[in-house]
Amino acid sequence: MATAKKQPALVKWIDDRLPIFTFMEHELNEYPTPKNLNYWWNFGSLAGIVLVIMIVSGIFLAMNYTPQKDLAFDSVERIMRDVNYGWLMRYIHMNGASMFFIVVYIHLFRGLYYGSYKRPRELLWMIGVVILLLMMATAFMGYVLPWGQMSYWGATVITNLFSAIPIVGKSIVTLLWGGFTVDNPTLNRFFSLHYLLPFVIVGAVMLHLVALHQHGSNNPLGIDRKGPQDSIPFHPYYTIKDLFGLGCFLIFYCVFIFFYPNFLGDPANYIPANPLQTPAEIVPEWYFLPFYAILRSVPDILFIPAKLAGVICMFGAIGVLFVLPWLDTSPVRSAKFRPIYRWLFPLLIIDCIFLGIAGAHRPEGTYKLIGQLATLYYFIHFLILVPLVGWFERPKPLPTSISNPVLGGGRMPATAAPMEKP
Amino acid sequence: MRALVSALAAAGLIVGIAQAAEEEALPNQHWSFEGIFGTFDRGELQRGFQVYQEVCSVCHAVEHLAYRDLTEIGYSEDEVKAIAAQAKVTDGPNDQGEMFERPGRPSDPFVRPFPNEKAARAANNGALPPDQSLIVKARENGPQYVFGILTGYRDPPPDIKMGQGMRYNLAFPGHQIAMPPPLSDDAVQYGDGTKATSDQEARDVVAFLTWASEPNLEVRKRMGVKVIVFLLVTTVLLYAVKRKIWAGVH
Repeated sequence: MATAKKQPALVKWIDDRLPIFTFMEHELNEYPTPKNLNYWWNFGSLAGIVLVIMIVSGIFLAMNYTPQKDLAFDSVERIMRDVNYGWLMRYIHMNGASMFFIVVYIHLFRGLYYGSYKRPRELLWMIGVVILLLMMATAFMGYVLPWGQMSYWGATVITNLFSAIPIVGKSIVTLLWGGFTVDNPTLNRFFSLHYLLPFVIVGAVMLHLVALHQHGSNNPLGIDRKGPQDSIPFHPYYTIKDLFGLGCFLIFYCVFIFFYPNFLGDPANYIPANPLQTPAEIVPEWYFLPFYAILRSVPDILFIPAKLAGVICMFGAIGVLFVLPWLDTSPVRSAKFRPIYRWLFPLLIIDCIFLGIAGAHRPEGTYKLIGQLATLYYFIHFLILVPLVGWFERPKPLPTSISNPVLGGGRMPATAAPMEKP
Repeated sequence: MRALVSALAAAGLIVGIAQAAEEEALPNQHWSFEGIFGTFDRGELQRGFQVYQEVCSVCHAVEHLAYRDLTEIGYSEDEVKAIAAQAKVTDGPNDQGEMFERPGRPSDPFVRPFPNEKAARAANNGALPPDQSLIVKARENGPQYVFGILTGYRDPPPDIKMGQGMRYNLAFPGHQIAMPPPLSDDAVQYGDGTKATSDQEARDVVAFLTWASEPNLEVRKRMGVKVIVFLLVTTVLLYAVKRKIWAGVH
């Protein structure tokens, strides 16, 4: 190890007892990373950074927030008006939730395009889906905390989903509410869980990283690294690339925080919760709209009532991602070499956007039809097209190694060595 | 991935068109506080406060504002003390265990016109005048909406059956509103010589309510400009470093 010789005595003393420096050296400096990762690979580390931003801003908010139904709304307004830079913390946190989902959705679709979920990264992918589920639960409960109209009615609609479960449904809902309606006990437990779950996410992210470092990153060609000529050390190459990406992302994020802080939110959440007055339209935040559309689009299926069928399909939409590594029968990872799947991918994205549009409107007329067709296509994509295309498609020939297409088969310079410091 | 980008662009277009089609015919006023560099006009805010104080506050509370906040719209501390002192605040209990009334102090929140919702409804024919502290943020397209309500009173079209005590208003959802037209020409007398037309009063009070719902708007935007400039410079530098580090790899 190059740095081992230069280590100060204290570092050596610690490292001998707790090999934290060796660990960092191994996972950052020596960790071999494919040299051809494009900018779509920035979003994993970005997601990690947003998680930290959310936890830190959230801790400061929790210091000033009161989880009591008569005080919650006012305590948030106090944060906005009287707490020093409270408005900044709240807008960071509020918009951070949206940013987290933007980043994670891009990260997820990147995995879908380049086949990052395939052997040997199935568990890595599945842990990622678990993180997504945890994020959704956390975001949902966080949205309830300001106790505005959308908080209250969103909580009512979503918790009521569980009543669709036969026999035990009603009891589960009572258990979730801590009573017979969304009320103070609901707010209390949601606050408690909203504070807990992010740390569960941190744990899941660590597992995600352990699983990642086992085989290393996939890459845009989707082929394995053949030797040192295909890799570069993570540091400094990807640390600086990630930092540059972080700069771009922060600019995007800050435009929302400072200039359009409420653009992504619903104005109705600035009206205090009123259990006696249902808003004209109960709409979740944008990142849940596709799932909301699926929930509301499904009709009665055979003997299953529409509500239960909707709930099953909504969770099924995540469920198919969970088993995707086994649904996809193609041995080729990257869509670059899959002439048919390559075109299914943008169709899936358009489908998700249509689901989002349908989710934002009442399920009536055209929107209902859009929602139903888009829901149908979503499941056709994962359950029929993906397995079938894997069988029938004739993938293009794969390059022999990562450095070959990059270097046009020429000689490889020794780029694998860590960069020399000037 | 190019396909992804074009798919997103196409979908963005669809969403944009759909939203444009849904937009209600609200007035399209321009405001000094719009845009990245937008700021409040102190004169406008003070006139708006006057309109609120003399007209709106008869029915509407602004419970998230305190009198001390008025220093931010250009009143001196003495002026704020005088404004606060006009209000009667119920305080207590005192050492005898009784509630008592005293003149307001700058630290008091704006005094509400009604002690509770029941009292407010009883005085207003069953309708509840909503708190105005967040009204601009709590409505889609807030400033235009509030301006639209204040200037949107018309005679009802003949084919519409109006509820008892209801007025026809273009901007209000369902067009039937319980609030009588609050503003009229010369409803207030401005100290700065501005002519108090009802449109002018509406504009002023909308500016005041926008400030009331987002008192940190100016601080936020000013900080935002600095933050973005800082990030732009940093990001350009990071890009340069990235280019240098990666120079030998490709």
